[in-house]
Amino acid sequence: MTAKIAYDEVEVGTELPAQTFPVTRATLVQYAGASGDFNPIHWNEKFAVEVGLPDVIAHGMFTMAEAVRVVTDWAGDPAAVVEYGVRFTKPVVVPNDGAGALIEVSAKVAAKLDDRQVRVDITATSAGQKVLGMSRAVVRLA
Amino acid sequence: MALDQSFVGRTYPPTAPYEVGREKIREFAEAIGDANPAYTDTEAAKALGHSDVIAPPTFVFAITFKAAGAVIEDPQLGLDYSRVVHGDQKFAYTRPVRAGDRLSVTSTIEAIKSLAGNDILDIRGEVHDASGEHVVTAWTKLVSRAPEGA
Repeated sequence: MTAKIAYDEVEVGTELPAQTFPVTRATLVQYAGASGDFNPIHWNEKFAVEVGLPDVIAHGMFTMAEAVRVVTDWAGDPAAVVEYGVRFTKPVVVPNDGAGALIEVSAKVAAKLDDRQVRVDITATSAGQKVLGMSRAVVRLA
Repeated sequence: MALDQSFVGRTYPPTAPYEVGREKIREFAEAIGDANPAYTDTEAAKALGHSDVIAPPTFVFAITFKAAGAVIEDPQLGLDYSRVVHGDQKFAYTRPVRAGDRLSVTSTIEAIKSLAGNDILDIRGEVHDASGEHVVTAWTKLVSRAPEGA
């Protein structure tokens, strides 16, 4: 494990570089194939509406995968992430309009822990709504 | 119908090993649009101190969730999967998942709660490699929504 960020160089409040991740219907089909999650709410609009959703929604695990990229890109080595958890609070709605949706992710150091570890709190929004709650990673720094 | 509390603490037998393929890792990394070379380039992974390419942090969910199927589909538990949504997800890593790993999952029901007619099920999946060493623990909270009008 070789994080490129030094523990001594960060403090509570240090912001990680924010990123925006686009997601279209094609993204969801690709993610369904790669993850093996073929639930039709992620690709079939008719089915999604029938079960009470506004439209096709992104896989929660896709959003979780995108959100932690802000942390892994910052740390350099993805293995620097020793814990990662989220609550799925709102779905990312993905219209079939070619443009899809955006997942906007920001993060900051919320606590410095023992053993050169920090807790990073992550905020993920789409269409102005928070889509993840309690989204936190523990990261071991250099 | 509320789930039977006596299932709390029940552990299911370890799954048959899942062999982590480097092309499966690449496919997953491409699907999430993540170009980090640690996922696809053995030399880049080695430069970070890993013996081979590693998987993105959430890759292992496909393995632990499949293992959780033993719980979800347990006819004695009687969960109505058609009404289930994913509430929370957490991972704690001892080391990253690597290409060539043979991973086995042991699933345990950690908690069963009933809130406002919703059944809430917490499943813990302990992931070990072929030598029996711990790799990662995954906690999955599933919420089975109350039927309308219930």
